[in-house]
Amino acid sequence: MFSLERWTEVFDAIRKNKLRTFLTGFSVAIGILILVLLLGVGEGMKNGIEEQFEQDAKNRVSIWTGVTSVEYKGLNPGRRIQMKNKDYELLLRNFGEDFEYKSPMNRNWTSVFSHENETGSYRIEGVYPDYQFLENSGIIQGRFLNIEDQDKFTKHVVIGKKVRSELFEGKNPLGKYIKSNGINYKVVGVYQDPGGDREESRIFMALSTMQKVFGRGNDISNISFTLPKESNYDVALEKSNNLINEIESLLKGKYTVAPLDKSAIRVNNSLENAKRFYDLTVNINLFFWGVGIASLLAGIIGVSNIMLIIVKERTKEIGIRKALGAKPKSIIWMILHESIFITSISGFIGLLLGLLLLESVGSLIQSEFITNPEVNLDVAISTVIVLVIAGAIAGFFPARRGAKIKPIVALRDE
Amino acid sequence: MIEIKDLHKSYKVGKNSLHVLKGINFSVKEGELVSIMGSSGSGKSTLLNILGMLDEADEGSYHLDGVQIKNLSEKIAANYRNKFLGFIFQSFNLINYKNALDNVALPLYYQNVGRKERTDMAMSYLEKVGLANWAKHLPTELSGGQKQRVAIARALAGQPKVILADELTGALDTTTSYEIMDLIQQINDEGKTILVVTHEEDIAEMTKRIVNLKDGIIIDDRKVKQVKAMANV
Repeated sequence: MFSLERWTEVFDAIRKNKLRTFLTGFSVAIGILILVLLLGVGEGMKNGIEEQFEQDAKNRVSIWTGVTSVEYKGLNPGRRIQMKNKDYELLLRNFGEDFEYKSPMNRNWTSVFSHENETGSYRIEGVYPDYQFLENSGIIQGRFLNIEDQDKFTKHVVIGKKVRSELFEGKNPLGKYIKSNGINYKVVGVYQDPGGDREESRIFMALSTMQKVFGRGNDISNISFTLPKESNYDVALEKSNNLINEIESLLKGKYTVAPLDKSAIRVNNSLENAKRFYDLTVNINLFFWGVGIASLLAGIIGVSNIMLIIVKERTKEIGIRKALGAKPKSIIWMILHESIFITSISGFIGLLLGLLLLESVGSLIQSEFITNPEVNLDVAISTVIVLVIAGAIAGFFPARRGAKIKPIVALRDE
Repeated sequence: MIEIKDLHKSYKVGKNSLHVLKGINFSVKEGELVSIMGSSGSGKSTLLNILGMLDEADEGSYHLDGVQIKNLSEKIAANYRNKFLGFIFQSFNLINYKNALDNVALPLYYQNVGRKERTDMAMSYLEKVGLANWAKHLPTELSGGQKQRVAIARALAGQPKVILADELTGALDTTTSYEIMDLIQQINDEGKTILVVTHEEDIAEMTKRIVNLKDGIIIDDRKVKQVKAMANV
């Protein structure tokens, strides 16, 4: 099948038909190049869009406590369950590896704050630095609280946009002080929240500061954390449910709460929102698979056309060879051998060029909707192989037809 | 060498059937140099194509060197063409991207002769037709006469039993035609059986036997006194 003689004959034909070889190789290489670029840009758009909507993908889990509603192990209903810092540490020890961002929280519903002559009533939330990522809020000025604020009980606060407009009337609040109950707090940052005025009239400070100032001891009213993105919604749902069950039974065991008591300890997640994101991801994937398959088809059709033309062009040569005693099989192999050889070489050249281009230009693209355009190498290589095989199959039929033409007819071809 | 009996061939032209060969009986012995003559449409090229296994007869029998040629598969036909026949065409039919030497070597490639031996043999045939110095030239760099010489060398290279030539001087001027015919006569003198299809009287006179075809039947088959081509150059 792979005799040296035929290789020599094929190389001879390739060397002596530079234009034909070049045109064939060029179109295959260009085809693969475009395919690789398309796949790369598709992947980039997928990354970009996913990044845009990633916020929604976060599965935020919140745990809060209330009053027991049923009798359990001899304990009367109506008992208040209060979580402590230790509960947060307990969760961290047990499930910390599953969390992405996490923070306990203690809040004071209304506190009066003033700056110079302006006064307002706001909600205070004492949180950890991670809390910034648990909320949809974005810092628009200064910074969020950091670990130093937590460790050193600093009187630093981050205020909402509404607070800024009410207390500072458009002036720069950074470094200024706001006062509550005779204590001055330094403003280190301003945030905004898509939730609007209600969400933006909050003031964040470090949990440690908050617990001290308000005499809350080690109490916390709420623990929240996010779970990282999963490959699809079902996996996310399953992981989330398992985790929630484990956390619930751990806490309920610790506080001696009936397993079915819904009001004493509640754990909830926001996975319903995330479903939209996962659906979007699935749709984007489907779309780019569609684009990929369509471009692959276009490539296959292109290669097939080239093969048809090559066989047509060589009809007379086929006639001569047959008159000299070439068997049909040797004609078919001659054509396939050459075409597979050219399409493989140029296919990989196109692949290489495409990858180089993506690598060099890809990082320069500054667009919100295209991030890290890249191609999975396995996908790219199998694409080339599919094209080469398709080219061979596409070449086989015209080659066989060419081999079947009576030499007398082929010789008449001009 | 060639034995044909009651050969019929018709072509379909639209709805009508065109009866081209209407019962040809004809034989050629080894070493003969025969010309088949006739005006265009007489069926001479069809006859040659059937003899060359490039086309098939509808009826009748054809024996080549004692082998019956009938209902051949493509593979066997290719094999027989390769072993038994050498072709010379009016339009040369050289492969234009191969040089003279490689063109001559091509029948040997299909006889599975090794590359080195193939090249040596091809070179000796090129020498025989006087083109040793042109071995590395492409057909496009050769004159018509030279191309036909390469084609003759190629026809000889496969060491066939019979050489079939279809209007081999049709594309050449008179002087070159006679030079080519001189070469054909030399090859025939060495014992090769050659069939030449032509419509030119003077070319036919240079063979040893003229078969006249008209409207699909042989109207005349006679031995002639061969005119040596060299005498006319």
